[in-house]
Amino acid sequence: MSNVPVNNGRRRFLTAATAVVGGAGVVGVAVPFIGSWNPSARAKAAGAPVEINVGKIQPGQLIRAEWRGKPVYVVRRTEKTVNDLAKVDDQLRDPNSDEAQQPEYAKNAYRSIKPEFLVALGVCTHLGCAPTHHSGDFDQFVEGVSDGFFCPCHGSKFDMAGRVFQGVPAPLNLMVPEHSFTSEDTLLIGVGQGEA
Amino acid sequence: MFANFMAWIDKRLPVTDCWNKHLAQYPAPKNFNFWYFFGSLAMLVLVNQILTGVWLTMSYEPSGDGAFASIEYIMRDVDYGWLLRYMHSTGASFFFIVVYLHMFRGMMYGSYQKPRELLWIFGMLIFLVLMAEAFMGYLLPWGNMSYWGAQVIISLFGAIPVIGDDLTQWIRGDYVISGATLNRFFALHVIAMPLVLVILVFLHILALHEVGSNNPDGTEIKKKKGSVKPEELSKFKFHKHYTDKYDIVDAIPFHPYYSVKDIMGVAFFLFIFCWVMFFAPEGGGFFIEAPNFEPANGLKTPEHIVPVWYFGPFYTILRVVPDKLLGAVAMFGAIIMLFALPWFDRGTVKSMKFRCTWHKVNLFQFTVSFIVLAILGTKAATPLNNMIGTVASFGYFGFFIALWFYSKNETTKPVPERVSK
Repeated sequence: MSNVPVNNGRRRFLTAATAVVGGAGVVGVAVPFIGSWNPSARAKAAGAPVEINVGKIQPGQLIRAEWRGKPVYVVRRTEKTVNDLAKVDDQLRDPNSDEAQQPEYAKNAYRSIKPEFLVALGVCTHLGCAPTHHSGDFDQFVEGVSDGFFCPCHGSKFDMAGRVFQGVPAPLNLMVPEHSFTSEDTLLIGVGQGEA
Repeated sequence: MFANFMAWIDKRLPVTDCWNKHLAQYPAPKNFNFWYFFGSLAMLVLVNQILTGVWLTMSYEPSGDGAFASIEYIMRDVDYGWLLRYMHSTGASFFFIVVYLHMFRGMMYGSYQKPRELLWIFGMLIFLVLMAEAFMGYLLPWGNMSYWGAQVIISLFGAIPVIGDDLTQWIRGDYVISGATLNRFFALHVIAMPLVLVILVFLHILALHEVGSNNPDGTEIKKKKGSVKPEELSKFKFHKHYTDKYDIVDAIPFHPYYSVKDIMGVAFFLFIFCWVMFFAPEGGGFFIEAPNFEPANGLKTPEHIVPVWYFGPFYTILRVVPDKLLGAVAMFGAIIMLFALPWFDRGTVKSMKFRCTWHKVNLFQFTVSFIVLAILGTKAATPLNNMIGTVASFGYFGFFIALWFYSKNETTKPVPERVSK
């Protein structure tokens, strides 16, 4: 090989130049392949806001709505439930909702616009299962607390404001989606307070 | 006539040479025991999965609206559809049984040690692709456990800081698991993953034949050229690829000796396989889980989300860690530990027969931990189960850590020069 008349410098330059140009080509070609995995226009369009009549919900009752394919829990909390929220503060990871798991207007002691109505995604912040609502029998999971949410997958626990308890796999409070009241009894999920 | 035909071919493609090099004149140690059945059995199951998979594709409809119904169609209306599907679903579980035993064989006899590290890595890559393949395949029936199982596993990627949420959305192609997810998993399950799998199996065997098979004694059957007395040499004719470089002892040609022996293994295996397939195709709820007889429902999580049994060990490790990111790290870490096994083991004696008592104890506790983790993975996450799972997780990781320490200056028994008689 050593006697073969080659210009090594030129060969190296051409190899490098070809590799760079070829590499740029590969990156370019990768764009459509990777991009096609994003939610399609149809999937995005299916994410329209959902309207719910909350007037029919009984105190203490939970109803499930579907928004962007995800379950949304709407709970009409009793006055006692609302008053009891502060009692568990010291057992929670994020009692003051410092993490951005809710819109600004829901960053309060009840994590809602009206204290009476909790609106939260029924999607556990651990790995996305749907937590179950336990009314009256939640003390089997947390002593002295009668109501809450328990995720059957990995045992995460949330209080009646969707705030996560300490010592469970879920890192964050349940997500409160953008929502607003268009009238006294009409809840609109997907559009924030003062946006529409 | 046939000889002429083969001569014509051989001039153009080295068919006879390849046959001799890899089968008829491939030197395999003469002391293989029954643990050596599982490699060829894994190949058998792979062929079963590919064949039945192709046939299932002919009647399956990959869409959110049609998938579940098309499985019922296959089960009820397609002639022998139920058989093809059960061959495929039973095959999936048996694939893992066979592969786990195959890996355990490698751990017992040190088949991952130098010079077989790359062989082991290819094997681990096969295991990894197999898990991805099985996971994606499990979504396709579009039952409720398919749906929520996929939801949980894809959400694992959400634990990655900063890009996590966008990444999970990109994988799903929607805000939740949907028909878009199903379709891409279908494409990957039937085309991309099987292609990669077959290529990796090819490389695994090529690497095996380069370094040669290990054996239960962990002795070397390829001796330095010229170091063995002629009367001690193996009496069989081996391919010059091997005999040019080495003196071969204690070996027999793979074909016909082990090809015939493997048929015995296949026959025995098929008895068990067919029994399960015909009489217990749901595997007691472990091979096909009860919630999967309901169609996928994004608003209703099954009471207990449990993975199929073969993901159990890794799933348990995930959920005993009370932190989302660390749990995912621990789970993937458990697999990375296996990849790095050749470097955790600093010993030079391969077979556990000749290694220290600590090693035998350690391997035993690893086996127990692994089985306990697998069982817990299919059970609910009660506080007691989590406690046991934590102990077993320490056992799992502890195996590698302990191995690294005692293998450096290990007191071993003398390894015989030759395979024991």
